[in-house]
Amino acid sequence: MKVTVDEDKCCGAGSCVLAAPDVFDQRDEDGVVVLLDPEPAEHLHAAVREAAEVCPAAAILLGERA
Amino acid sequence: MTPAPEVSDVLVVGASAAGLATAEALRRKGYTGGLTLLGDEAHPPYDRPPLSKHVLSGAWEPERARLRGQDALDGLGARFVLGDPAVSLDPAARGVRTASGTVLRADAVVVATGARPRTLPDQEGLGGVHVLRTVGDAVALRADLLTAERLVVVGDGVLGAEVAATARGLGLDVTLAGPQPAPLAARLGPLVSGLLADLHAGHGVRLRLGAAVLGLTGRDGRVTGVRLDTGDVLPADVVVVALGAVPNTDWLLDSGLLLDNGVVCDARCRAAAGVYAVGDVARWHHEHLGSSLRLENRTNATEQAGVVADNILGADRAYTPVPYFWTDQFDAKLQVFGRLPVDAEVSVVDGDVTARRFVALYRLAGEPVGVLGWNMPKQARLLRQRLLGQAPTPGRARTTA
Repeated sequence: MKVTVDEDKCCGAGSCVLAAPDVFDQRDEDGVVVLLDPEPAEHLHAAVREAAEVCPAAAILLGERA
Repeated sequence: MTPAPEVSDVLVVGASAAGLATAEALRRKGYTGGLTLLGDEAHPPYDRPPLSKHVLSGAWEPERARLRGQDALDGLGARFVLGDPAVSLDPAARGVRTASGTVLRADAVVVATGARPRTLPDQEGLGGVHVLRTVGDAVALRADLLTAERLVVVGDGVLGAEVAATARGLGLDVTLAGPQPAPLAARLGPLVSGLLADLHAGHGVRLRLGAAVLGLTGRDGRVTGVRLDTGDVLPADVVVVALGAVPNTDWLLDSGLLLDNGVVCDARCRAAAGVYAVGDVARWHHEHLGSSLRLENRTNATEQAGVVADNILGADRAYTPVPYFWTDQFDAKLQVFGRLPVDAEVSVVDGDVTARRFVALYRLAGEPVGVLGWNMPKQARLLRQRLLGQAPTPGRARTTA
């Protein structure tokens, strides 16, 4: 799984951090998403998929869906 | 948990954020049966929050507001029936008839038909008057704004204030009219709505607040102004009417479902056996707050969809979210978690109001009920996690399934 984020779309809700805290964080200064791990291990895939789907700004993209 | 009923076919009526999220959540939770999304618009699912900001300003082509690329939609394994509105529902048969005469049946039906803008009685047929709900609305409004000089926004809620800010950014002469003392006063309380009023005024938006709008004036079929109950007329080349939304339940009038400003559901978001509602159209019983609630915001669409998907698959989950919305106006990004009653006690717990970067905590009878962040999204989210509980990220416990 390859994760990419579109910082320009991010609204700072932090939903991704709540869903997958091992993979996403937010910048302190403006709350924009920080991608901690662009190629997360397999046991994190379900949480990352959920983070992408619940992102209220559709700012998380997943490639090579496993 | 009750035994999972046999569900091998799901029909989602509505192909916007809530409908798509329901379909995605079903697949994520392992559902492999038939899945149909029925939508009234011909467009593939797109996102609404960017319409009043990035699309209206021209920063984004409308295409960029699409919620998913074609690959992701294809990967969903769903049938999309678009451009064909639902016209009736038979809950017992779980059958939906569409405008084209097609009848779709399923084991479970999800009502995700959203809401439509409230309008002024005299705006029909008057050129230059807009609402903003669909991508088509946004494109039409932008085209009109590019040749206009004076815009009046009728409505001092989230949408009206965002449109005013975006249009001001395009260089228009903008007036914001509405009955509240300050923009979003009923949602944010006096302190923060007062700051929003200052923000708009500081950017040159004329605020004509505290006055009711009576109607519109026009000449030769085109709007010329907005009439207030003070007797004043605000001159306008273009008017945006942003007076809130009405749930799309007309097609359910003969269904026998209970309708009361939305589809009335139990705590599980169920309107009848095998029939659920999700998103802007759904009114459900919030067990923690002990009241009936209908939320019109983007995060509710996905959070509620996760719970509905679980319940379709046999779970027995009550939906008890901490409500959340955000709004961007000029350089201000506001995050709002929980409830911000106007009579709440407000304290600034991080940052600095004068620096326009702070987190405020709202308390009722000493209990935290809401958190607001002004240009401090991460800090607001952390405080909300600490004081208002963990998000009901749908199906979190099941993500290893």
